[in-house]
Amino acid sequence: MVARFLTLKLTLMGNTFRRSVWQTIGMIVAVLYALGTVGMLVAAMVFVGVAGDPAWAAVAITLGGVLTVVGWWLIPIFAFGVDATLDPHRFSTFAIPRRTLLAGLAVAGLVSVPGIATVLLALGVSFAWVLEPGVLLVSLAGAVLGIATCVLGSRALTTLLAPVLESRRYREVVTIVALVLVVMIGPFVGWLANGVQISVGPEATDGGGAASTGTQLLPLFEQVASVAGWTPFGAAWSLGGAAHAGDWAGLAGRLAVALATIGLAWLVWDRALARSLERPPVGDGSGGKAKGLGPFGRVPFSPTWAVAARTATYWLRDPRYSGSIAIIPLLPVIMYFAGQSTGSFFMLLATGPFVGWILGFSISNDIGYDNTAFALHVSSGVDGRADRWGRAIPMLAMGPLVSAATVVASVWVADSWHLTMPLLGLAIGALLVSTGVSCAVSARLVYPVAKPGESPLKSPQGAAMATFVSQGIGFAITLGLSLPVFAVGITAIALGSVLWGALTVVVGALYGGLILVLAVRFGARVYDKRLPELLQQVQSFP
Amino acid sequence: MSDGTATFGVMTTPVDPSPPGSPGTQGTQEQPPHDPSAALSVRGLWKRFGQKIAVSGVNLDVPAGSFYGLVGPNGAGKTTMLSMATGLLRPDFGTSWVHGVDLWARPDEAKATLGVLPDGVRLFDRLTGRQLLTYAGMLRGMDRATVVDRTNDLLQAFDLVADAETFVVDYSAGMTKKIALGSAMIHAPRTLVLDEPFEAVDPVSAANIRDILKSYVAGGGTVIVSSHVMDLVQRMCDHVAVMAAGQVLAAGTVDEVRGEQSLEDRFVDLVGGRQHSEGLSWLRGS
Repeated sequence: MVARFLTLKLTLMGNTFRRSVWQTIGMIVAVLYALGTVGMLVAAMVFVGVAGDPAWAAVAITLGGVLTVVGWWLIPIFAFGVDATLDPHRFSTFAIPRRTLLAGLAVAGLVSVPGIATVLLALGVSFAWVLEPGVLLVSLAGAVLGIATCVLGSRALTTLLAPVLESRRYREVVTIVALVLVVMIGPFVGWLANGVQISVGPEATDGGGAASTGTQLLPLFEQVASVAGWTPFGAAWSLGGAAHAGDWAGLAGRLAVALATIGLAWLVWDRALARSLERPPVGDGSGGKAKGLGPFGRVPFSPTWAVAARTATYWLRDPRYSGSIAIIPLLPVIMYFAGQSTGSFFMLLATGPFVGWILGFSISNDIGYDNTAFALHVSSGVDGRADRWGRAIPMLAMGPLVSAATVVASVWVADSWHLTMPLLGLAIGALLVSTGVSCAVSARLVYPVAKPGESPLKSPQGAAMATFVSQGIGFAITLGLSLPVFAVGITAIALGSVLWGALTVVVGALYGGLILVLAVRFGARVYDKRLPELLQQVQSFP
Repeated sequence: MSDGTATFGVMTTPVDPSPPGSPGTQGTQEQPPHDPSAALSVRGLWKRFGQKIAVSGVNLDVPAGSFYGLVGPNGAGKTTMLSMATGLLRPDFGTSWVHGVDLWARPDEAKATLGVLPDGVRLFDRLTGRQLLTYAGMLRGMDRATVVDRTNDLLQAFDLVADAETFVVDYSAGMTKKIALGSAMIHAPRTLVLDEPFEAVDPVSAANIRDILKSYVAGGGTVIVSSHVMDLVQRMCDHVAVMAAGQVLAAGTVDEVRGEQSLEDRFVDLVGGRQHSEGLSWLRGS
């Protein structure tokens, strides 16, 4: 039975190759990348273990193992809908004993690019102890236990949380949290590195050089690893290290922790699966509610304002939009940290105009986001002017405020108040030009994005090229059309004159406004001409 | 991105090699002139997706004031034909007249008198039911008082008052169908084109919808529905057209089309594909 699950999973994987050439190429690239990474890590570990100090290898394997387990456990919770090909509910109509089903699903869970990579990596790094056969054996056994911890824990968590994961509200919240976390990883690592540098710095200068920074850090890592080795995340991975050190009591204790973790995960998964198979999840029936008409009640009754009210509602309620709103306040923070290492405030000060540009750019694939709901616009015969202006209005209402707030915040932190005017002008100009270009481009270039209800982190397969080309074209046009504003703004900054600063604001607003009006008019004409084709395009999305 | 081969509804059946009136000649044939008095008059509609000819030279007249059923097996081209007739999909050849207005020449004028319920498209489902109806009304350029009144009436008629403030994304399949139907009717069109309107709708709601549609026809409106359910069409419609493999095989009043037979038997005769066998001999409940 377990073999049959394996065959099923392999067949499913094989079939994805047959679907399209591009998917096959993508898959091959992913496999090569994974193999390369695994090969490099294994080689490095074996080198450290054989030529260097095996204790270092023990620390590295334990810490790497902890990260792997955490990844296996947490990623499926954030990136929902990643792999539902072997959803246990699909087997609920077949009379399969639960124990068999569990074993089959567990093994099949390993048959994927990340799964195979984990197996190869876990077994491979054990060969750091190739000089001590006994330790090697213990380490290999630990690797098997570690892999089991990854798979069983991940399945147990997702099955246990399935009722929560399936609620739309939760998904939306998690989506935004995940987006924020992903965006914050860079600055966080930068901050961490900075902190370590500072705390290690004074002594490092005594010892002289970067090599000693490593030795300085080693005790810290050793400490973390020795603690982590006793946690469910790291116990299995630290068995080899314990055997190498001859710490037999520690070995027995860690083995107990590792086995208990696996046993508990199996039990939880078994129970949770039993529960979910007996009571398949159904919609909770209540659903989200909103009183009254919302923005629709507050606008004049016309097609243009209808589209504007709908767009505004979506900005707040659709995580694909609200996710990008949530990121915008983080941009100055990211820029602040990015600029800190160089000691200049240039990056931070550029944030204002950058926010203006990115806000306008964010509506450049609005019809792609509508997906086939756009059919309502087609069958209602909404004309291009109403559609284009309607989508731009919420941006024009909110964008200037957000950009201006960012500019003020950035000059405040950088204490460069004399740059307020030129930066404001640049931000307004960038916002208006990019909004206009978006309105024009989105009537011509539509590319697949995450569908309504899907995680915004998920990008449709095979759409990378179309996305790249469309965004590239939009970006190039925006950049070209923004040059006059840039010229005036940069002159103002270089001269530092108040008059030029004021001029930047005037040029940004007037020139940007002109481009906006012309671009929207152009976009509306294209839209009117291509209305059925636009619908056909979104209908053809995978 | 879009290369035209992509799926649109369900019409990807290859054309039967020898249908009545070979598809090779029909496109170039002389079309009878369109009927300016008809609610919908379709002439020489063709659509090809890649290698598959989805609709090959359809002519159809839907008299004003009729309750018109469009039936056909899966993949017959019903959705494609209706999409082209209502301005959702540009035909390769041919056009459609809505009350004498050429839809592909003057789309705004023609669409104003049409209400369309497409099959297999999403709704703006992050809106509540009330917001969605309001949105549909506003897109048609209606004034506030009318939109508010009609929204309330429609919610009442479709039994959605209790769920008016719920997001459409949380609606059941049947409720979604009903709210989509409501958004197609809010501007009081002269002609309603409904693709599979009863799919997933419970019997009570279906009966209510039928009553609404009947009184709409009695008041001079025209309804075109596509359906798989012969029985429903026979009871509800006064006209019917049978489509298969991208062509109209028979059209006229229900009595003309079915003759002495039941509509279902006539349909099977026209379309073929019925198997007369003992069935699955091993499949016996015991």
